[in-house]
Amino acid sequence: MTRLAPYRPGLKAGVGFGLAAFVVGISFGVLAEPLMGPVAPIVMSVVVFSGSAQFGSTAVLVAGGDAATAIATGTMLNARFLPMGVAAATALHGSPLRRALEGQAVVDASWALAVRHDGGFDRELLLGATIPQYPAWVAGTVIGVLGGGALGDPAALGLDAIFPAFFLGLLAAELERPQAKAVALLGGAIALSLTPVLPPGLPVLLASAAALLGLRGER
Amino acid sequence: MTEVWITIAGLAVASAALKAVGPLAVGGRELPGAVYSMIGLLAPALLAALVLTQTFTHEQDLTVDPRAAGLGCAAAAVLLRAPLLVTVLVAAVGAAVTRALT
Repeated sequence: MTRLAPYRPGLKAGVGFGLAAFVVGISFGVLAEPLMGPVAPIVMSVVVFSGSAQFGSTAVLVAGGDAATAIATGTMLNARFLPMGVAAATALHGSPLRRALEGQAVVDASWALAVRHDGGFDRELLLGATIPQYPAWVAGTVIGVLGGGALGDPAALGLDAIFPAFFLGLLAAELERPQAKAVALLGGAIALSLTPVLPPGLPVLLASAAALLGLRGER
Repeated sequence: MTEVWITIAGLAVASAALKAVGPLAVGGRELPGAVYSMIGLLAPALLAALVLTQTFTHEQDLTVDPRAAGLGCAAAAVLLRAPLLVTVLVAAVGAAVTRALT
């Protein structure tokens, strides 16, 4: 039992994240089932495990795009996992395979919980918080695929507002650090202003440049 | 249908690779202090970008639709220090009601 103790705070937070992931997973299942049939959306949630990439690539396919475009869109939407992975890596030890596997636990909510204001990173919070979200995401997709018809239009239920609200809640916890408000404003401005000129996903990746403000005036 | 399965396979590989690059390249090593100053601020930068793009954009267009009302409700919940799950549900209700009324 004591070996599990360091993971408890993460697991506890992860249950809340998992409930949100469950609801978003339902909306993914509802959205993807008419295009993909019942099996593919569930397989996708099992092997991709990323809401933004799954929604983004599915939207491309629904609009008649080919697989290459769908993959490129989903990959760009996930490009933020590159800098997030570097941040997490400072706390991951052991063999390369083990580090690469533990890096798979990087998802938005867990990562935001585990990154510390001083730039350090908490491996146990990351892993603990992701463990409940994975089965919740897959289970939500199953429910959405099976019950989609009964639930109706995800947008009519307001499910499309869940993702931004989720990220807003995470953001609020980050704003206590002195420079965080300025960085958040700059990051948001970068992302919105680049949206009309760059493919989806890249504006969010480039918003990470706002963190360069941390190089100024810190000490 | 094959397009769907190719997409799923391609994204599974790409997503895993994106998450593996950092841990493989850096893996537990100490980085220069300036890097930590930046990493601590990556979260507000990326989260703010996600909030705004997922509320006010549709593909490459800037839009204002019922998601904005949902986000407003979420902001009120955050100011009242509501738990994350409550914040999320309040946003869904706000967006759904706005959509039903307009």
